[in-house]
Amino acid sequence: MLYDGDYRSYNAFFNLYVIVMTSLHQIVTIILLTTIIIMTSMAFERVQLYMTIELRHLKKKYDNGEEVLTDINATIENGQFYILVGASGSGKSTILNAIAGFIPINDGTVVINEKDVTQLPPKDRNLSMVFQNYALMPNLTVAENIVFGLAARHTAKDIQQQKLNDVLNLVHLEEYKNKKPGNLSGGQRQRVSLARALVSDAQIILMDEPLSNLDAKLRAEMRKEIRALQQQLGITVIYVTHDQTEAMTMGDQVMVLNKGKIEQIGSPLELYNAPANTFVADFFGSPSINLLDVKMRHNSFHLNDQFEMLTNVDIDEGQYILGVRPENIVISENGALRGELTHIEPLGDGTNIEVNIGQNQSVRIKVSEQLDLTLGDVVSFNVLIDRALLFTPSGQLLHTGKSVSAVI
Amino acid sequence: MQTSNVKKGFRLATLIVLTLLLLLPLFVGISLSLSSSQSIAQGHLLPDHLEFANYVKVFTSTSMTKFLWHSFIISGSVMIGQVILSIMAAYAFVFLEFRFKKAAFILFLSTMMLPFEAQIIPNFATMRDLNLLNTYAAIGLPFLASAFGTFMMKTSFEQIPTALKQLSDIEGLSHFQFATRVVMPYTKVSIITFALYSFLTNWNMYLWPLIATTNDNVRTVQIGLRQLRSQDTASNWGLIMAAIIVSVIPTLLIIFLGQKYFKKGLTNGVIK
Amino acid sequence: MKKASNLKFRNESALGWLLLLPSFIILGIFVFYPMLKTFFLSTQLTDLMGNPIKFIGFKNFSNLFTSDSFMTSFTITLIFVFFSTLLTLVMAYLMAMSASQKIMGIAVFRTMFSSTMGVSVTVASILWLFMFNPQIGMFSKILTFLHLPQINFLSDPTWSLVAIIGTTVWMNLGFAFLILLGAIQAIPQDLYQVADLDGASWLMRLRKITIPATSPTIFFVTVVTLINAFQTFGQVDILTSGGPDYHTNLLVYAIYQDAFVNHSVGRASAQSVILTIIIMLFTMIQFYVKNRKGANYANE
Ligand SMILES: Nc1ncnc2c1ncn2[C@@H]1O[C@H](COP(=O)(O)OP(=O)(O)OP(=O)(O)O)[C@@H](O)[C@H]1O
Ligand SMILES: [Mg+2]
Repeated sequence: MLYDGDYRSYNAFFNLYVIVMTSLHQIVTIILLTTIIIMTSMAFERVQLYMTIELRHLKKKYDNGEEVLTDINATIENGQFYILVGASGSGKSTILNAIAGFIPINDGTVVINEKDVTQLPPKDRNLSMVFQNYALMPNLTVAENIVFGLAARHTAKDIQQQKLNDVLNLVHLEEYKNKKPGNLSGGQRQRVSLARALVSDAQIILMDEPLSNLDAKLRAEMRKEIRALQQQLGITVIYVTHDQTEAMTMGDQVMVLNKGKIEQIGSPLELYNAPANTFVADFFGSPSINLLDVKMRHNSFHLNDQFEMLTNVDIDEGQYILGVRPENIVISENGALRGELTHIEPLGDGTNIEVNIGQNQSVRIKVSEQLDLTLGDVVSFNVLIDRALLFTPSGQLLHTGKSVSAVI
Repeated sequence: MQTSNVKKGFRLATLIVLTLLLLLPLFVGISLSLSSSQSIAQGHLLPDHLEFANYVKVFTSTSMTKFLWHSFIISGSVMIGQVILSIMAAYAFVFLEFRFKKAAFILFLSTMMLPFEAQIIPNFATMRDLNLLNTYAAIGLPFLASAFGTFMMKTSFEQIPTALKQLSDIEGLSHFQFATRVVMPYTKVSIITFALYSFLTNWNMYLWPLIATTNDNVRTVQIGLRQLRSQDTASNWGLIMAAIIVSVIPTLLIIFLGQKYFKKGLTNGVIK
Repeated sequence: MKKASNLKFRNESALGWLLLLPSFIILGIFVFYPMLKTFFLSTQLTDLMGNPIKFIGFKNFSNLFTSDSFMTSFTITLIFVFFSTLLTLVMAYLMAMSASQKIMGIAVFRTMFSSTMGVSVTVASILWLFMFNPQIGMFSKILTFLHLPQINFLSDPTWSLVAIIGTTVWMNLGFAFLILLGAIQAIPQDLYQVADLDGASWLMRLRKITIPATSPTIFFVTVVTLINAFQTFGQVDILTSGGPDYHTNLLVYAIYQDAFVNHSVGRASAQSVILTIIIMLFTMIQFYVKNRKGANYANE
């Protein structure tokens, strides 16, 4: 009606229409694009977040009343190689089982990607696991074992096949795929188990002492392999071990457990250089750290009422524990300390010795040369006091390294 | 260890004599089954000349074919039933947590010390009242549940590493999937052992099939033999022996096939 | 939290009982119910159809213990159980020892020795029925050959029980042999090597190593054979029908006769209760010993 017979008015209307539609189109496009961008970034963020695991106030008691875990708190970041280490029976497996959902916990929450999964069954936690004894089905071939979970979930055959090939390639087992586990070596079996964990696309892999059944050389090899795979794929690994070397060499973060309690969480070097207490200090390092009972008096540490070590550290007089790593002791003819050689271990590239300094106290020393000593010889040595650790009598860390530094 | 050849020969001879003595009744039976009636009547233990007439007669002029068939059906279905029910019950005892599990297990175990012979009177009455006498059900039903089998399956299920259960939980296997993809393949040997053992026991059952049947409709081979014996007393040993040999072939096959399983499986199931 | 465990167990409870249900139905109808019914009937006076008439307490039991036929069958049962178990054990052990030697072709002997395991009671009884036949049987031939007087095994009061024992032992040998062989083979060889170094004799080795090391299994086989012997039925039914004059009337055969031939269900039930008590006793002894010796078994 408006443009009836009036071409110009029609034309103007058409122009207006075109302008409106074009801008509308642009607006819609922009909105769409932003939505896509925002959503992708959200999704991306979600994936990122998903891999964070938080343990909040975990407590676990078994029926016999024994408290196996007391108040475990930890945050495991995306892509971390996170190690749980501790003596046998310290509760490492229990924590892992709680994360996986194999056992109910008495208190606390397990959070994965900010979602409380405490009540969820294992299959809904989107993780996979590598076991100490491999947990392979003896009647299935390597390939069948690897796609065990995929097959159970009825994943399409071609997808199974493709994933299988990818993962076989990753762990170098292509030519073994039709063998039965019984015909494989321990290392190969564990690689199958690893492949099975990787094939599920879970971003978190739990490992419970996966290398403890292997011999020393193979273990060292597999350590490297697992670590490399984890970094290559960017997955999060929670790894249980009681082997301090594994903890030191593999972990980004290490949780040290003792009788169901966390003693310390930190990077391997933090744990070594600044152990929170004597337990952690004693746990890492071989031979283990010397923990010497000393008295602080007149700006020097007194050991056995016999030896004196000057220090500039500013602390009250009294009883302390001085932590000295065996490699931070040097043998020198006029050393401030001396004692009788009670034990000698030639290693070829160095020597470990033990010296009795009286009053039932021994000092372990590690030197990097070969020593020509016999038992009973008197050894004199100096402590590199600026690398020593100072603990309270109850074993808590007071000062590390430089702060104890001293003049001798 | 060095053993002299004389000693070795002596031991071997002892073993052979022992075997001959032990299997003598069987040899005599086989020999008679291949003899003619005249030869037996004359008191000959070895056939005058070999003949298979007795075997032909077993299948043509007696009801043995029918009885064998009945035995197959009953032994087979009771075996299947026992294996399935034992696996189900053992699965519950090993892999599931529920209240009164322990009590249920003790109840199960207690049936192992109740002799079946002491239960035949009420069981006969039950079958009579249900109108089931002379049916397969009457002979088979009472034995479908097996405490022994459940116990044996439970013991072997317990050998399955916890890690396999944990793996299955992570991968989200249902109980059915876990049972069929992990538990049963893993304990295949025990299951086969029990199945063979079950078939053997069912095949050789005597007292209950005797009580539960009053005619030939579903009579088993064991009761058939008993009948044959009372009908043909003394007169036809050849035929009876041939029937016996036929009846024992399936069980001997099972024994030979399953010997290595039996030794392991039975001691594991019972002793441990 | 409590919740966690509840959540975990909630759906398993239903499944657990569901899986046990079929077994429990069968056991309930065909084991527990009849067992209770037997106990009940043993205190009842019953009619010819087996229906209870009235409660008579332990009258059925006191009647049994004053009845000559029951006392005969009970005594005979004990004698039978003792000798058949003892003979089975000794012979199976000797067989197991000779079959545990390392000689070429030993596997064949092992199979032969265990082959009677698959032989049913009917087959065994009929085979031995011929062996005992007074006219043409194997034993009569042997007696003739040795110029000894003929024995009518199955109708002589003493020899008939011997015949039943012989048949039973023959039947049980296969199973006992197989289990004992397993135990003997499981003995660590180094024990014998030490004994050889000490110059131990064959008898010493048997007494100091073989028997002690297999004693849990010997005990197990003994109890199982014993329990089986108490439940003997088929041999009697086919060989002697309890005769002559109740001299082979073993407990289960007596139950069968009283229940299904004489129609005296009360009396049969009372005997069933006695049988149950005996078997429970032995099973419990076995359970007890097994648990006490748990450590030994673990080593096997
Ligand atoms: N099912 C259970 N019932 C009772 N106590 C248990 C049970 N499982 C584990 N424990 C106890 O919990 C404690 C911690 O066990 P856990 O398996 O976590 O130790 P771990 O650090 O993994 O030791 P290891 O290095 O030997 O594997 C131990 O003292 C153990 O005895
Ligand atoms: Mg552990």
